[in-house]
Amino acid sequence: MNRSEICALAAAMLLLVTVSSADDNVQSLRGDSSLDADAQTPIIKRWEPDQDVMARDFVQQPPLVPHSIDGYKIDKNSNKCLTCHSWANYRESGATKISQTHFSDRDETVLDNVAPRRYFCTQCHVPQKDTKPLVENSFEPVKAIQER
Amino acid sequence: MSDKNSTGSSRSLWQLLRSPSGKYSLGALTVTGFVVGILFWGGFNWAMELTNTETFCISCHEMQVNVYEEYRDTVHYNNRTGVRAVCSDCHVPKEWHYKMLRKIVATNELFHHFLGTVDTPEKFEAKRLELAQHVWKTMKETNSRECRNCHDYDSMDYVDQQRRAVKAHIKGFDKGETCIDCHKGIAHSLPAMYTEDVSAVTGNEH
Repeated sequence: MNRSEICALAAAMLLLVTVSSADDNVQSLRGDSSLDADAQTPIIKRWEPDQDVMARDFVQQPPLVPHSIDGYKIDKNSNKCLTCHSWANYRESGATKISQTHFSDRDETVLDNVAPRRYFCTQCHVPQKDTKPLVENSFEPVKAIQER
Repeated sequence: MSDKNSTGSSRSLWQLLRSPSGKYSLGALTVTGFVVGILFWGGFNWAMELTNTETFCISCHEMQVNVYEEYRDTVHYNNRTGVRAVCSDCHVPKEWHYKMLRKIVATNELFHHFLGTVDTPEKFEAKRLELAQHVWKTMKETNSRECRNCHDYDSMDYVDQQRRAVKAHIKGFDKGETCIDCHKGIAHSLPAMYTEDVSAVTGNEH
């Protein structure tokens, strides 16, 4: 065994020791799970039933979706959300209409329909489930938008 | 010569059918006729039901790669209670005479399968609007009969429905609308432009 081989072996052993000791400490937000045990299956919560408009936590927050959107498709052919929330349909359906800001492209040019960058609703607007936050958070909305 | 022979034999067959049986008893003939009738009708019905299975429908790749794949993402394929509506539940009537008529019309689909009218996803996409309009038109004309095989208005409990559904159902039924008027694209992808301009798709002013 020459010198470089010994060095490589030593490095490999050191790496092995480091990895095996580190393995107990690695924790993700989903919790840790060892390789020889099944991870605990999280309880899949149901969507909240239909409700009224939800309060926002900060002024620029995209409004939340107060209903389930299971099976709603948004692709290049169709957008299920717009069948109620578009300017053409909102009066008939009684839904909130999309904001006029959604008609501008990134150069602020106003288009005659929803701008492609604003087409995929669920990029910003999401429905809610009643779950425990993964990390502690003490954020509070400013007084002006706090619910009384 | 052969012509003369064939007319001769067909005439004698006709005579045989017209003349009373001198050999077999009326009972034997009745029982035989009865049994053969059951076998024939059973076989006919069995073959007809075979063409109503999902396996049969997706044996054509046009169905398998397009509409079937889309449907697998929807609630009619996979759901909480495990009740599945297969192709024929929505696209073939349950009543006998409507079913027979639909089966006869379906020969046109066979014809276009062999012509290769929609044999690539691109061709299918180009035809999607037209094909969808055919189905929507039929469903509108039959007051969504195939939907109502399972979804009966009289059995709907508004208390159990979500708020949006209650509102939309009461409004729709009051206006005399039928299922398909609102529930388009629930089992398959919608054609392009549906939400941009509804009138372009449904063919009526909106």
